[in-house]
Amino acid sequence: MTANTALLLTLVVPLLGAVLIALAGRWPNLRETVTMVTALTLFGLVIRVLMGLNAGEEIGVELVTLFSGVPIAFNTEPLSILFAMIASGLWIVTSIYAIGYMRGTNEKQQTRFYVCFAIALFGAMGVAFSANLLTLFIFYEVLTISTYPLVTHKGDDKAKAGGRTYLGILMTTSIVFLLPAIIWTYAAAGTLDFVPGGILEGHLAAGSATLLLMLFLFGVAKAAVMPVHRWLPAAMVAPTPVSALLHAVAVVKAGVFTLIKVVIYIFGTDYLAEVPYEQFAVYIAGFTVVAASCIALRQTNIKRLLAYSTIGQLSYIIMATMALAPFSEIGAAIHIAAHAFGKITLFFTAGAIYVASKKTEITQLNGIGWRMPYTMTAFAIGALSMIGVPPTAGFVSKWFIIAGAFQLDNYFVLVVLILSTALNAAYFLPIIFNAFFKPEDVTPVKDHAEAPTNMVIALSVTATLTLLFFFFNGPVLDLETQIVGGMP
Amino acid sequence: MSGLGVWNYVIIIFLMMIGLYMVMSSSNLVKKLIGLNVFQTSVFFLYISFGYIEGATGPVMQEGASLYSNPLPHVLILTAIVVGVATTAVGLALSVRIKESFGTIEEDELHTMDSSL
Amino acid sequence: MLAHLPVLVILAPLLGAPVASLLRGPNWPWLLATLLSWFALLCSVLLLIQVNAQGTFIYTMGGWEAPWGIEYRIDFANALLLVLITGLASVVLPYARLSVEHEIGADRCPLFYTALLLLILGLCGITVTGDAFNVFVFLEVSSLATYTLIAMGKDRRALTASFSYLIMGTIGATFYLIGVGFLYVMTGTLNMADLAERLPAISDSSTVRTAFAFIVTGICLKLALFPLHLWLPNAYTYSPSAVTAFLGATATKVAVYVLIRFVFTIFGVEFSFGAEPLAEVLVPLAIIGLLSASTVSIMQPNIKRMLAYSSVAQIGYIVLGLAMGTAMGLTASLLHVFNHGLMKGALFMVMGAVAYRMGGTSIDDMRGLAKTMPLTFWAFVLGGLSLIGVPLTVGFVSKWHLILAALELGWWPVVVAILAGSMLAVVYVGRVVEAGFFGEPKDATKREAPWGLLVPLWVLVIANIWFGIDTRLTVDIAEAAAAQLMAGGVVR
Repeated sequence: MTANTALLLTLVVPLLGAVLIALAGRWPNLRETVTMVTALTLFGLVIRVLMGLNAGEEIGVELVTLFSGVPIAFNTEPLSILFAMIASGLWIVTSIYAIGYMRGTNEKQQTRFYVCFAIALFGAMGVAFSANLLTLFIFYEVLTISTYPLVTHKGDDKAKAGGRTYLGILMTTSIVFLLPAIIWTYAAAGTLDFVPGGILEGHLAAGSATLLLMLFLFGVAKAAVMPVHRWLPAAMVAPTPVSALLHAVAVVKAGVFTLIKVVIYIFGTDYLAEVPYEQFAVYIAGFTVVAASCIALRQTNIKRLLAYSTIGQLSYIIMATMALAPFSEIGAAIHIAAHAFGKITLFFTAGAIYVASKKTEITQLNGIGWRMPYTMTAFAIGALSMIGVPPTAGFVSKWFIIAGAFQLDNYFVLVVLILSTALNAAYFLPIIFNAFFKPEDVTPVKDHAEAPTNMVIALSVTATLTLLFFFFNGPVLDLETQIVGGMP
Repeated sequence: MSGLGVWNYVIIIFLMMIGLYMVMSSSNLVKKLIGLNVFQTSVFFLYISFGYIEGATGPVMQEGASLYSNPLPHVLILTAIVVGVATTAVGLALSVRIKESFGTIEEDELHTMDSSL
Repeated sequence: MLAHLPVLVILAPLLGAPVASLLRGPNWPWLLATLLSWFALLCSVLLLIQVNAQGTFIYTMGGWEAPWGIEYRIDFANALLLVLITGLASVVLPYARLSVEHEIGADRCPLFYTALLLLILGLCGITVTGDAFNVFVFLEVSSLATYTLIAMGKDRRALTASFSYLIMGTIGATFYLIGVGFLYVMTGTLNMADLAERLPAISDSSTVRTAFAFIVTGICLKLALFPLHLWLPNAYTYSPSAVTAFLGATATKVAVYVLIRFVFTIFGVEFSFGAEPLAEVLVPLAIIGLLSASTVSIMQPNIKRMLAYSSVAQIGYIVLGLAMGTAMGLTASLLHVFNHGLMKGALFMVMGAVAYRMGGTSIDDMRGLAKTMPLTFWAFVLGGLSLIGVPLTVGFVSKWHLILAALELGWWPVVVAILAGSMLAVVYVGRVVEAGFFGEPKDATKREAPWGLLVPLWVLVIANIWFGIDTRLTVDIAEAAAAQLMAGGVVR
């Protein structure tokens, strides 16, 4: 099939899958099979699109024109295919994990869970492959709305409150900041297409461009820049598979992806470099990195700690993007992948610990490494990736970001990176140490061993990927250097 | 234009204001309707005033008359009167129903009973 | 036949109304009304196609030439509105069969449908006519029918709501009449096209200015612009569900049309926005209206009342668009007239379905609706998303154009106000959605609403999504209408 057909199918398949899952709701095994088949098919289709991109095929699909010159259109370029691959590939792993988790905790409303998951992936694919800002905005909102039932899955008061914060912040920022930013871009440039080099050159007064940049920065709340970050810890009331795929991979990466697209294809790095006070975006992101790491230090709930760690890591990406150095742009793109692998591992382990032992706090984890060796080793690998230690994926992206900082003598970025690395180590390493080298001082609720097999398989796979990425990152590197037009 | 030359308009405005005042200040529903009628009537006078021509007779064909007032405003007002009558009829019907349901047609009492007026 | 389309749209309900009053039982008058409204819709659509193909359609009643006779004049703006009115009637009437019989009782149905046909007659008449006094006549016909329909609500407060509306509506219509009288005295004509030709020469007189003020004020009372909106919340809350659904989607929109007709066609853009401070007066009122009404609606325990206040806010958006005085603003305004009709029609029909099953429309009745009445509830969710302005719904299309129009003029505070209104919409829609998803149902034994209510409801909900994606019809016609209106003058 042609790459264009594959592209369209990447949108159709998850949606169709959602329908089929809903229909198969009464037969759990059939339903789970549908999820797995959908996920595998989706990944296959994304690979087909990747092959098309590498072969230089013309890829672009235009659907209906919404109004005056703004169509719903899709195409692909290195960044989008990276995001699509990560989202679809990790969906496969997450589905395996989710099956173990949902059955292990005997969650209710499982059909609704899998259906909403599929729709969320539909949203992610739409965001990834969008050819203009309006299409991206539409699927961005689809993501928000489809993940709301997932966040409030448990249905109790805490879930409701968390859901309210989640939806409130995401919808408010997208309506009050992002939408006017998009309309303003349209009014200024006459188009919303993603074009290499940007579309805003020469259309805006200097001060307006700064304002527009800020509107985008705070409007894309999914990128969790402070102070619009509060939805992410609030979303931790969701079941862990949701936190793992969506709030470590799909939703948050959609946020930073949007920002990178805006920087490279709407503003254009050259134009953005001339926008006054552009560095403020770097400062805001840098502040977020350090502040989030500090807050993470004080968290005892595993998932909340991971949430703040995510906020910090996302701002690495934003900081690197806004630094406008070629190496840091590449570093930002790669960190999308690297962080995804590492964080999903960490969330998987958090869920595994919960299912096996009902523990949720890091203070309860003394000595658990011996009961759950696979899980805690994976945790260790994921944590090392967050800190950025070789031989993990996190090291590769950090290397590029630091190189980018040197390229433009950006000492602020350098200092932030060093400081945050130290902070990350400060809150991750003690957990690993306690898990393996402290004796069990809290008698577990039940005598437990490892988590259910499905979950262990999933987290082992992602941990392995985190390691493999260190060694086999060539293809990804080659792909992403294209976004800055070849190695500088 | 001297005040005497526009005495008809002065009266019309006078009536208009009386009508509006009655609508706003009366608490009895029927009195409001009466005020509304006064207000509407002042507008009828306005139109007919417009149609009047110095030294002309009414707009009905008759022997020996050569100058007639403009018939169009009269026609318009006939329509408007009908509308006014219909409105009054509906208003009074509503007042009867309100009396049946609430037991009163005083606005302040209605307001206390259901705080909805 | 095709040459008589405008009058056919009027004749159908006009002849049907007395017949309906003679029919017996709940179903025969309903059938008559439904068939007539479908016929009227067919005529409106054909008329729209004709106007699209050949330009303004001029029809002289009884062959009496204008400016002495009354002529019907259809251009893009009223063709669009006519389709909206008859379209909504065609959708609400099938819905009305169950809803009305349940709320009013079978023996009063003939009179109900008579009044409804008169209402449709009045609204269509206002839309098609090209004569200023004819507008007054049809305005009063529709208003009287409205007072009657509202008073038929179950709650006794419907009576007082109707009475308030009667007083305020009559004052508004009389103000309009005074204004038209002044125009007549100055120009000697009542024909809209003729007025448009004669007014520019004499627009400097205080009579014409006064006429403008009276007409605008009178119409603003009818369209419920803040602070002249006080009749609306009660009227919408206590009237029967089908009436609210139809009224909420059409009555105020027709008043908007009349305002547009006078401001742009008859008085002309230069006079209305140049000599008169129209924008300076309407824009602040519109903004205060949309912000305050949205805020008040958040606190309402009765959802129908909440939606009524939301309607006042949406009227604020519409008036904001037309008060900008630009083609872009006018396009946005006309778009929102159509789109809001779709949104509110659907939402009020949902509340009617809820009232049918649960007996009330308070937020307690909405709890747990996602479980007991999922189809009804999801219709509310989609309508609510449209109200907020989520992409792929009609609400987004209107909002996009409105913000673009404000940006074109550089009116940043207005953009902020529009977005603040959307935010508030998120809150008041969100609380109902939350209650529906998470609340415990008041009575878990209640089943889904009957198909007779659900099918028309979902037709309108799907229209919301359809016109949100395929915007060619609405946007193209709105833009064409705006261009025509801005150019002013009239085609002879």
